[in-house]
Amino acid sequence: MMDLQALRLSFTLAALTTVVLLVVGLPIASWLATSRWRWKPVVEAVVALPLVLPPTVLGFYLLVAMGPRSPVGQAWIAAFGRPLAFSFEGLLVASILYSLPFAVQPFTASLSSVDRRLVEASHTLGVSRLGTFLRVSLPLALPGIVAGAVLTFAHALGEFGVVLMVGGNIAGETRTLSIAIFDSVEQLDYATAGRTALFLLAVSFLVLVVTYTLRRRPVPG
Amino acid sequence: MSVRLTVDVQRTFPGRPSIRIRLDERLAPGEVLVLFGPSGAGKTTALRALAGLDRPDGGAIRFDDETWFAAVAGVQVPPQRRRIGLLFQDLALFPHLSVEENVAYGLGRLAREERRARVAETARMLRVEDLLARRPGTLSGGERQRVALARALAPRPRLLLLDEPLSALDAPLRESLRGELGALLHRLGIPSIVVTHDRTEALALGSRIAVLAGGAVRQVGRVEEVFGAPADLEVARVVGTENVLPVRIAGREEGLVVVEAGTARLVAVDPGGLQGEAFACIRAEEVVLEDAPGGATSARNHLRGKVTLLVNEGPLVRVTLDCGFRLVALVTRSGARDLGLVPGREVAALVKAPAVRIVPRG
Repeated sequence: MMDLQALRLSFTLAALTTVVLLVVGLPIASWLATSRWRWKPVVEAVVALPLVLPPTVLGFYLLVAMGPRSPVGQAWIAAFGRPLAFSFEGLLVASILYSLPFAVQPFTASLSSVDRRLVEASHTLGVSRLGTFLRVSLPLALPGIVAGAVLTFAHALGEFGVVLMVGGNIAGETRTLSIAIFDSVEQLDYATAGRTALFLLAVSFLVLVVTYTLRRRPVPG
Repeated sequence: MSVRLTVDVQRTFPGRPSIRIRLDERLAPGEVLVLFGPSGAGKTTALRALAGLDRPDGGAIRFDDETWFAAVAGVQVPPQRRRIGLLFQDLALFPHLSVEENVAYGLGRLAREERRARVAETARMLRVEDLLARRPGTLSGGERQRVALARALAPRPRLLLLDEPLSALDAPLRESLRGELGALLHRLGIPSIVVTHDRTEALALGSRIAVLAGGAVRQVGRVEEVFGAPADLEVARVVGTENVLPVRIAGREEGLVVVEAGTARLVAVDPGGLQGEAFACIRAEEVVLEDAPGGATSARNHLRGKVTLLVNEGPLVRVTLDCGFRLVALVTRSGARDLGLVPGREVAALVKAPAVRIVPRG
């Protein structure tokens, strides 16, 4: 039997990660798509870092940053009365950072493909930057943004290394599906591991099919 | 109420000559100023700076008593608050919105009823009422052009900027829309600035023209003045080797049109559809000079004139004649020698009717 608690936890984590990255990632992507600042490559590199960094390295730094001896960790304990590390909230923070490029890069690509002159036309017609983003850029970039969100969700759903470093393996708190698979294998329960793995494989495949279908859809008009 | 536009726009580009465009123009309602010049002359730089889309490296832009840009004071009014209309070269219609939503796009501040009335009014003026439910992708080139104009005009801008307005259209459509657009711009009562490198477009749309070359304004004046009397060789090179004569259409016969240029009359092939004032364009190399009027010839236009100026141009001589108006002919040196051309000499100028091109007057 698949670990239903881990399943629910993984989905909650992935969904929250996706929502937060839509809210945080779109402004970053919008800035990256339009800015001509000379230090922009540095920002781009920071955003892309989780793509190349071993999860254990990112996890290690996050663990240190969230630990009870760090300023962040102490502030968290002072505010909520419990440590951030090895908690669901800590896991969520780690997941957001780790999935950042999976959201921001497709968002940026699709926002960059929106014709700059449409944005300028909107400005000359008296519509503010935010209004232009909501009425022109966002609708025209929507297929790419949806694709980015779906990818983020899929990536967050299967994350393993960072979770293990920052969250550990606490049932109902930090044990995600991929940790559950690891657990099952360690206990030589190959049947359960196989079912969970097949489930994740199916979900990932489905997500990619959806993503590529969205990418192929032409811009309306 | 005319508006005063004072422009001093400086821009530097790495590895290219810098641009400094200076203009001080008073534009009457419906008056059209053409920024004319080859690509790289600084036309688009000036237009984008006027629209507020680019920030110049130096200078200032003033519209009546408003400062739109001042490098020293660090003022840069965003495009949203300049209340201008801009027609992009490629029109830049919003592909995901209907024609109606495109036209209404800049009317967010109006109440719903007022907005609906304004869209209907603008759509009627530009004859796009029947297209309102369509998407831009389904429109023809001419329709898209009218929709883009409607979108720019609906918020009632104080200044209309047009970037190569006819260049996106194919040639036959461009011909037919040229006169139409010119008439519309005058009728609107909004001062306009048109950027173009197309001479015919400049003639058809402009009442005043600023010739740009090498990143600076070389001459500003009424269209016929600038085309008829270029200030220097560089302006002459930019405006071309063409005589541009203000004419009045006097009559028509057998597919030909008779026009009056000062006291002289010219016969040209009738382009159709034109009435009243127009321009007659004759390339200097199409003018044949001969001694006193001789026998019969197939050329329809015989003009008597006096040589006023001779300028050598390599193997050719540029001959300026006074025929009651100024006419420039380009002849070979040997031809000039055989005729004994000197200032003051009387000659006859021959021009075939098909060499006289009649274009609408802006």
